[in-house]
Amino acid sequence: MRPLAAESGTHRPALPRVLVQARLWLWSNLFGSVGNTVLTLAAVAALAAIVPPVFTWTLSNAVWGAQPAAACAGIDGACWAFLHEKHRLILFGRYPFDEQWRPLAATALLIALLAASAIPQLWRRWLSAAWISGLLAGGALMWGGVFGLAAVPTKLWGGLPLTLMLSVVGIALAFPFALVLALGRRSTLPMFRAAAVAYIELIRGVPLISLLFMASFMLPLFLPGGVTVNELLRAQVAIALFTAAYLAEVIRGGLQGVPRGQYEAAQALGLGYWRAMAFVVLPQALRLVIPAMVNTFIGTFKDTSLVAIVSLTDLLLATRQAIADPLWRPYFLEGYVVIALIYFGFCFSMSRYSVFLERKLRTR
Amino acid sequence: MAQGDLGPPPRAPLWRRREVRAVLYQALLLGAILGLAAYLVANTLDNLAARSIRAGFDFLGQEAGFYIGESLIRFEASDTYLRAFVAGLLNTLRVAALGIVAATVLGTLIGIARLSHNWLLSRIATAYIEGMRNVPVLLQLFLWYSLITGLLPLASEALEIVPGVFLSKSGLTYPVPEAHPIHRWLLALLAIGAGAAALYVAGARRRQERSGRRPPLLWPCGAIIAAPAAAAFVLSGAPLALEMPEWRRFRYAGGDALTPEFLALLLGLGLYTAAFIAEVVRGGIQAVPAGQSEAARSLGLRRGLVLRLIVLPQALRVILPPLTSQYLNLTKNSSLAVAIGYPDLVSIANTSLNQTGQAIECIAIIMAVYLAISLTISALMNWYNRRIALVEH
Repeated sequence: MRPLAAESGTHRPALPRVLVQARLWLWSNLFGSVGNTVLTLAAVAALAAIVPPVFTWTLSNAVWGAQPAAACAGIDGACWAFLHEKHRLILFGRYPFDEQWRPLAATALLIALLAASAIPQLWRRWLSAAWISGLLAGGALMWGGVFGLAAVPTKLWGGLPLTLMLSVVGIALAFPFALVLALGRRSTLPMFRAAAVAYIELIRGVPLISLLFMASFMLPLFLPGGVTVNELLRAQVAIALFTAAYLAEVIRGGLQGVPRGQYEAAQALGLGYWRAMAFVVLPQALRLVIPAMVNTFIGTFKDTSLVAIVSLTDLLLATRQAIADPLWRPYFLEGYVVIALIYFGFCFSMSRYSVFLERKLRTR
Repeated sequence: MAQGDLGPPPRAPLWRRREVRAVLYQALLLGAILGLAAYLVANTLDNLAARSIRAGFDFLGQEAGFYIGESLIRFEASDTYLRAFVAGLLNTLRVAALGIVAATVLGTLIGIARLSHNWLLSRIATAYIEGMRNVPVLLQLFLWYSLITGLLPLASEALEIVPGVFLSKSGLTYPVPEAHPIHRWLLALLAIGAGAAALYVAGARRRQERSGRRPPLLWPCGAIIAAPAAAAFVLSGAPLALEMPEWRRFRYAGGDALTPEFLALLLGLGLYTAAFIAEVVRGGIQAVPAGQSEAARSLGLRRGLVLRLIVLPQALRVILPPLTSQYLNLTKNSSLAVAIGYPDLVSIANTSLNQTGQAIECIAIIMAVYLAISLTISALMNWYNRRIALVEH
């Protein structure tokens, strides 16, 4: 018996410390009151009803590996053989089969650049150089026609690289435009303010799909006869124009967060408007809204799935094409679940990153 | 040196003066915008002439020639495009309104669950929120639609969830009250009741200001709203019995049904937006300082009153603006209906566009309608927001 309990005879024998803590935790978090206990039991019952069937479906009853579609007939579980058969189509769309190492390399490059940009210690000038050369290299890999790579028209691009490219290039194109819009909205010149407000409110008031329709049906009418624009580029521009309106509002939030004194001090130093903005105000304003910009990027990443409606073979449409195969049609759930996990992986990690960043920037 | 010797201070040359530059820059901007517009219009007119498409909204009067799967108003293929657009708009408003109600109820519950002291419950709520909002809503719509049309049984072997309610590949069939002419007036009567309730609330507020006593609001209002409709229903002798759907060889007779497209869209939009609303509600409740509810408790208010009179009104102030933007997002996302074949405004516009080639007009209609909805809702919400805003003297 431990000495503490021995000293006072009235005490019950002391439980080990861990057990005491566990009991306290259970009491305060799960079973503290009647209502709480009922909630806990209901939650446990709900989990018991949901988790085991999901487990048997995904794992124990599933068909794995290289199997024909017939092997999945009549089973009460996931047909992962479907993915074995179709993963190349889902990930890379209709990109020529033997050349698919190229979109793979381009995707890896893009993800590596995104990961590197997530580390604040690497926010140096060379990072933008790395981005420019990375995007050029990625473009060269995808397009081909140089270094002995066979040329692949954009019509055949698809899958994950297309989704990533639409969102990364979309936000990159949107950023300078958004900057101009945000400055315009804060301008003292009424005409600039009116133009920026009109653009931002117009774009934020309509759904993205109407812009994508506009890009695919109306743009050809806007251009001089005979000029055609690549379909992928049209959708890319629509996404960028759409994102710019939202990003502009984020940046405006940052501009409003910079104290007036900073603007005035910059003026008092004799800096003109552009220099005051470039060297004093914007660096502070943008820093304030980096987390919000990451969230905008998450939105753009999810929104790129809408290009499936205008027939661009992004991750979503490629999956639908895989499901459309009559042999594998019953296994749509497997396909949707897997790309949902891919989307979730990207978006969730970015949103956790944004939370981390917010905390880090606030403590500085 | 005397100051007078300097003469008038040297003035900056004209082109360096601030006012001059302001005018100049704005003129340049205006010129650029007008120039771009003129260029686009000229190109468009050329292109339309080359394709022999007549610009303008005349086509709205023509016969549409297509069917609409479901519609709140009667629609035949021989009706005009205009009527088709109206049917589409009503379908958009219908799914958006129901979606907003569903998402608000579910989102509020999940937001509160996330703040629960119950560890398990708050973890489940968090998992729901993160899972839902990190997957594109279009993917979720496809998933729901495929689940409904792929995994549910055929209509002839429908699942009977509760007696009279059947769920199958062809949607959700449910009983409705037996038909009676009074039904078409009920909505108007409810509106009259709502108007009377608003008058009662205004009167109650005046009484409270005079006497300091708080007249009951919730129950009288409910009664006043329901009274005219209920009275009319009873007095007209409308049957109380329900018309049960019945399986007749190929389809259900009686009752009413929600199509799989509508169900998928409602589920997808509602569940997706609920995750965002949950975060809005959580943020709002957390924004009310704990001191507020402690102070109210120490004044002797009961727990329910603390929530109703102290915490919620303050939380609402924080919740309302982001909640409005979630409502607008849901309405805009309802345009994804086009992907699963629910005949909303965008689907109708898309079909009309493909049939007539009037791309500019059809897309302009989509944009104008959504813009009008967005501006109306945000104007209403701004008005309401100003009314409940904190007045600081």
